[in-house]
Amino acid sequence: MRPVIYVLSFLAVLSLGFWAYREHYQTREALGEVNSLQVEIADLREALNLQRAEWAYLNRPDRLRELSTLNFDRLGLMPLQPGQFGDAGQVAYPAAEEMLAPIDNPVSISGSTEPTGDFP
Amino acid sequence: MTRTPLRPLARILSARAKGENPDKIEHENLRLRHDAIRDRARGRAEVRLLLLGAVFFVAFSTIGARMGLLAATEPVEPRASAPGAEILAQRADITDRNGRVLATNMLTHALYAHPKDMVDPAGVAQKLAAIFPEMKAPELERRFKDGRSFMWLRKVLSPEQMQSVHDIGDPGLLFGPREMRLYPNGQLAAHVLGGTSFGAEGVHSAEVIGTAGIEKAMDARLRDPARGGDALELSLDLTVQATIEELLDAGMKMMNAKGAAAVLMDVRTGEIISMASLPAFDPNDRPNPVLPKGAEPGDSPLFNRAVQGVYELGSTFKIFAIAQAMDLGLLSPDSMVDAKAPMIWGKFKIKEFENHNYGPLLSVSDVIAKSSNVGTARIALTIGGARQQTFLRALGLFDPSPVELIEAPYAKPIVPKRWPDITTITVSYGHGIAASPLSLATAYATIANGGIAVTPTLLRRTEPMKGIRVMSAQTAHDSVAMLRRVVTEGTASMGEVPGYFVAGKTGTAEKPRASGGYYDDKVINTFAAVFPANDPQYVLTVTLDEPVETSGPKPRRTAGWTAVPVAAEVIRRVAPLLGLRPQVEAPPLDGLTAVNN
Repeated sequence: MRPVIYVLSFLAVLSLGFWAYREHYQTREALGEVNSLQVEIADLREALNLQRAEWAYLNRPDRLRELSTLNFDRLGLMPLQPGQFGDAGQVAYPAAEEMLAPIDNPVSISGSTEPTGDFP
Repeated sequence: MTRTPLRPLARILSARAKGENPDKIEHENLRLRHDAIRDRARGRAEVRLLLLGAVFFVAFSTIGARMGLLAATEPVEPRASAPGAEILAQRADITDRNGRVLATNMLTHALYAHPKDMVDPAGVAQKLAAIFPEMKAPELERRFKDGRSFMWLRKVLSPEQMQSVHDIGDPGLLFGPREMRLYPNGQLAAHVLGGTSFGAEGVHSAEVIGTAGIEKAMDARLRDPARGGDALELSLDLTVQATIEELLDAGMKMMNAKGAAAVLMDVRTGEIISMASLPAFDPNDRPNPVLPKGAEPGDSPLFNRAVQGVYELGSTFKIFAIAQAMDLGLLSPDSMVDAKAPMIWGKFKIKEFENHNYGPLLSVSDVIAKSSNVGTARIALTIGGARQQTFLRALGLFDPSPVELIEAPYAKPIVPKRWPDITTITVSYGHGIAASPLSLATAYATIANGGIAVTPTLLRRTEPMKGIRVMSAQTAHDSVAMLRRVVTEGTASMGEVPGYFVAGKTGTAEKPRASGGYYDDKVINTFAAVFPANDPQYVLTVTLDEPVETSGPKPRRTAGWTAVPVAAEVIRRVAPLLGLRPQVEAPPLDGLTAVNN
């Protein structure tokens, strides 16, 4: 009985040691990956910041004003005027769609007449 | 377990036969049995104690080992659990009230040289001079060869320039990373933002410090590493600011003025929606102009007229005297006052504009509408100098504006030291006292805010501000109604903007000569407006420096001809941007009335 327990516990120590070894190296690999990801995140953040700055630069009011002037014939943009405020009541109600097309084809109706009654 | 009987029959019988007491045998057996039970229990307890001792030993030695380990190792951030660490910018961004970027950072590079590592100093100097126009090849070559081992060449480089320097390919030219402040909107809101420069510089990084405006005033907040991630939100609105600067620039050129300033303020919160001063500069490349001798400080583009420009603002001050008189119960809007011009006070003669005479009697409301100096002077005399000072101080006209700009505390209003009656008179119509357009806007905002004092701010506020009451709500309401009459039937008739019920007061003040006295042909024109008059929400001041309107046969220099039309156009364009609906009679709706059948 006792030798069996010794053998089993020796095997257990062996396998636990193997498991710990593998875990250790997997953890180190994961930490290395985290490091490289963080460097990548830093780069991306920097790029994002640059793009935000570029976006702000390209959307600066002076430039937008010039562009809307240059493209006036296409866009027709004007500065906002007080007269552009309206009332909900001033908005034309959408025209009701024609429910039925006009009936222009002749319809002939025929039927049998009751001997005593009128045409229905 | 075999159980031994307490009274084994064999022994009992033999004992009886020998005449001994058989109970002794029983007692003996009982004692043996109890001893056995006790020994067993002790053994079990000992094992338990041992086990417990072992558990405690393991637990405490684990804790001890961990403590020893913690004490002995270098502290490191727990990387495994870090959720993507923030890359903190060195300096927080600045945005407008809608989150549009006003100032941000950009990574760039500085160029420095190690002349001792250079292969070909003469060639490098030639090539650098070809890339950078400000460098001179002979000078560079001389400095490369004078034995120094380190020198700065340029603080910032554009990516193209950096590539060109790379292409030179000399090992003595090196780059250091730099975070650079960028103002993507160029000149927009330049005076508010101010500018930045590099502080302590090293090869690997450099400090960015604010040099003017809000960049310097809020430097500690902007550089706080704990708040580097969240932008500083200003009360400015980029769209409104752009519109006002555009219109002010056009107005300034049309009115032949040499400078202009405008302040737009929300009267409930004291937020400055827009602050413009022209001429402006580009904060990305902050100039350092040397003014010619004898020039005013205002001639520098760096000068913020709205805050630093302390001017006598003329008749715009009249409403303060009249509001105070109404608040004290000395008169009502319909009271009649003596307005016979000219008024003689001691050796001084108080005249009206162009020597008019609005007398003998004028209603208080007409004193404002016609801008009568004499009427205001009489009213101010009934108030008295001491009370007048208290009131103007409460409106914030005696102290520098508390706005978050580094220039603000140094722009102290010019207040007379002594206050005889003649000072009471001149101050009542805005002469002898000088304040900045921002202070004037703040005082008007107090009137428009129902008499509760307003503190101006450039930072976004979310709740209405709490201030002390300077005048009663009724007085404030009557004052705005009087200001409205200035536009409908007084000196600011060009200020009417259909739908926005503009109220306001013009002010034309001659500029003081450096040598004493006043110029005849140099004026500061101001229009302080409140809109909409029936529910005041915004205050706008427009100030033009030395304007002259030349469309008529004679040059006109009154505010009604210069500042007022500019302000009216600003209100017409800006009010819709602020989301104000024009209040007009709505056109009759389609004639659908009650239908019956």
